[in-house]
Amino acid sequence: MSSTVHVGLAATVTGGVGASPGRPDGRLKVTGEFAFSSDLWAEDMLWGATLRSPHPRARITSLDLGPALRIPGVYAVLTHEDVPGRRLYGLEHVDQPVLAAGEVRYQGEPIVIVAADHPETARRAVNAIGIGYDVLDPVTDPEAALHEDRAPRVHADRPNLLRHVPIRRGDPQATAAVVVTGEYEVGMQDQAFLGPESGLAVPAEDGGIDLYIATQWLHVDQQQVAACLGMAADKVRLTLAGVGGAFGAREDLSMQVHACLLALRTGRPVKMVYGREESFFGHVHRHPARLRYEHGADADGRLVYVKARILLDGGAYASSSGAVVANAATLGIGPYDVPNVVMDAYGLYTNNPPCGAMRGFGAVQACFAYESQMDKLAAALGLDPVEVRVRNALHTGDRMPTGQLVEGPAPVEELLRLVQSKPPAGQADFPPGGTANTTRGEGVVRGVGYGIGIKNVCFSEGFDDYATARVRLEPVGGRPAVLVHTAAAEVGQGLVTVQAQIVRTELGVDQVTIAPADTAVGSAGSSSASRQTYMTGGAVRAACQAIRSRLLDRIGGRPDGLRLVDGQVLDEAGTVLAKIAELLGDEAIEETVQWRHRPTHPLDPETGQGDAHVQYAFAAHRATVDVDIELGLVKVVEIVTAQDVGKAVNPAAVVGQIHGGTAQGLGLALMEEIQLVDGKVRNPSFTDYLLPTIMDMPPMTVDVLELADPHSPYGLRGVGEPPTISSTPAVVAAIRAATGAALTRVPVRPEHIVGV
Amino acid sequence: MRVTCTVNGTTRTADDVWEGESLLYVLRERLGLPGSKNACEQGECGSCTVYLDGTAVCACLVAAGQAAGRDVRTVEGLAPEGELDPVQQAFLQTGAVQCGFCTPGLIVSVHDLLARVPHPSDPEIREALAGNLCRCTGYEKIMDAVRLAAGSPTEAGTR
Ligand code: FES
Ligand code: FES
Repeated sequence: MSSTVHVGLAATVTGGVGASPGRPDGRLKVTGEFAFSSDLWAEDMLWGATLRSPHPRARITSLDLGPALRIPGVYAVLTHEDVPGRRLYGLEHVDQPVLAAGEVRYQGEPIVIVAADHPETARRAVNAIGIGYDVLDPVTDPEAALHEDRAPRVHADRPNLLRHVPIRRGDPQATAAVVVTGEYEVGMQDQAFLGPESGLAVPAEDGGIDLYIATQWLHVDQQQVAACLGMAADKVRLTLAGVGGAFGAREDLSMQVHACLLALRTGRPVKMVYGREESFFGHVHRHPARLRYEHGADADGRLVYVKARILLDGGAYASSSGAVVANAATLGIGPYDVPNVVMDAYGLYTNNPPCGAMRGFGAVQACFAYESQMDKLAAALGLDPVEVRVRNALHTGDRMPTGQLVEGPAPVEELLRLVQSKPPAGQADFPPGGTANTTRGEGVVRGVGYGIGIKNVCFSEGFDDYATARVRLEPVGGRPAVLVHTAAAEVGQGLVTVQAQIVRTELGVDQVTIAPADTAVGSAGSSSASRQTYMTGGAVRAACQAIRSRLLDRIGGRPDGLRLVDGQVLDEAGTVLAKIAELLGDEAIEETVQWRHRPTHPLDPETGQGDAHVQYAFAAHRATVDVDIELGLVKVVEIVTAQDVGKAVNPAAVVGQIHGGTAQGLGLALMEEIQLVDGKVRNPSFTDYLLPTIMDMPPMTVDVLELADPHSPYGLRGVGEPPTISSTPAVVAAIRAATGAALTRVPVRPEHIVGV
Repeated sequence: MRVTCTVNGTTRTADDVWEGESLLYVLRERLGLPGSKNACEQGECGSCTVYLDGTAVCACLVAAGQAAGRDVRTVEGLAPEGELDPVQQAFLQTGAVQCGFCTPGLIVSVHDLLARVPHPSDPEIREALAGNLCRCTGYEKIMDAVRLAAGSPTEAGTR
């Protein structure tokens, strides 16, 4: 309910860094005029549809396209043979077919695409296609997949082990007075953005293609689409269409290549929009995980060692599994200082749905396990759960299990104390079971639990991670105005607002326009890893600084301490030396900057040692729940959270990210899971895949710390992911505190609580 | 078939409507009103909420033919051209909009709630909006927006 921003300086510039100006796209969004990717329309456009495999593993024995081609209104029916370029794509490994050839490896894998004059015609054509399968036994158990003798290969040309990241620190034989062990499981969560996968491909006169698309990274899409179409990258131009949420699910391609293939074949614009059920098959999910932990501590609760084994089910194709495994491993003991660590994290191919990026990216699964372990340790020692965490808290100057020095602020203890110090929660608005009147309060027990997590920000392990910004300062109607052009994807987080704020602060110009994101400018990198304010923000700031320097060169003598404020140049004393518009004359100053964070390094493949990460971010949660112990129903009464963001560039947006992230963590704790039986999804709908509603969400209290990171722009720290990580264990710990149930798996189901 | 209905005060006609089309499809694809959203098309998310003869409904669950001769009001028709309804204003002011995909449906639902219950309590707000999913905000700022639009005091320090 309340949100407080501590420490930070108040904004000095109206609408600048540290202020919370409204979103430039806000008005369009509340009036319904904002054009999302599913709202696009073009004269003469056709609709695309996709035939997908009903089987998790099968050989395709026959294919008859004739019945589909004979339907009036059908314009194209294409298979893998119609892919003119590379027939595979993928973010880390190029292993995923654009359209399946001969074999399907997961339920929902695309096989044939169709273009027709009406979405219903396209659907009917898909249903009319004759296809025969030789159904094979799917590999669905990641543990079996790990052993070559227990499961066949999912890909004939490579082992099922996608990546193993070991980490060794200190003495692997270390022993301790108090030992707690546990096995944990995390179900498959879906990003469930509301705006379905969609886009519009328009064939261009130069033989190329223009694609309007909701994505997280235009340039990585461009690269992959161009390769599959067999075209030069400059013939494949992408423009960001309105993005209805992302959360990792738009990192991989969905309908991008398909729509382009159909448009090029028919010579007409082609729109594709997935329905909700198709969307569940159209993107990767969060890796389900099995985690085994052993924590050893001395009698005072100081950790001596942690041993852990994490198994992540990557599903049929690699997507970003490799990086997810590395995150799980490197962040897998949490924000604690532990001298001896033996960690092994594995990512496996199976015939389950492909998994990849979702907010929290490998850190989420581990956090549920290590925080459950910290509670177990507290119980074993008779310590308060916050106390045991504080005794082991990471501090600046400590080392991660990878040997990496924690250089920036690491306010683990402070965040825990902050959430602990809040007054206890009051009455809930509703009892467990909501308005269904399942209880009048009898059998309802309250519990409180804590969680804290750690997340890396930006891309890691030596990846060449950069962002590009083109900024132009020009006189418009006698006043200075700025145009910012980047390819950075606004996905709802508020990046468009932040870019304008940075310009106002750096150039003292109020009138800022953010040009549509497209591939006419260099790559911005992905809107993921909580990195865009850091990276594209950093690039915009650097471009502004270059412009500022060129502008100030025009002032004779160039005195020190000049400031740009309200369209004017001020000296140190605040005297107006010149107007920006006058200095510009009729000329524009434009700068394009490619900006990089400081380099990172790969992990040693045997010891997992290395400075792999750019920055660490921390958030803590306290959850209070009421549990109906007879029915196993849970009402989260309140969530208190605290996060260090280094610098709140836009405090309102920061708090919004923390709210939303916390909600996704609550969802994983209590309800969100893609249920699989023999590799098949049982609940591909919002009827059966439950998302937190406004009835499920409690009031949230948010504390924001601003402890500057010396290496980042304005000292900021990535914001988007940390709140998703620790809310899950906090909610589960609260249920344990109320019920005494062991709860080793999320999402927690009523039967886990009542023990049937 | 041909479907004629009143949309945002104007008589509109859509031709060649296939009988399986929903009111949502007709609005979005035939009448050029894509403001109502298509997050699930299964009646589970509320992103397509519109008024049908003054009652808030999920447009994805209404067959196009059922709308014939009736009065439809969408998010595009809540305020006169160039103006904002107080509910829209409140969503902007409180930061209740992130990606915005849930926003049009929520705004219609809140508009409807406040027309029926001008000063709802928090539990009343939550009950009334239980059918509108939002994946971005965790609903906190949506609660703020409703309280602001209703002229109710929000708790100290909310913004
Ligand atoms: S689109 Fe109608 S309820 Fe979801
Ligand atoms: S703002 Fe994105 S779904 Fe609500």
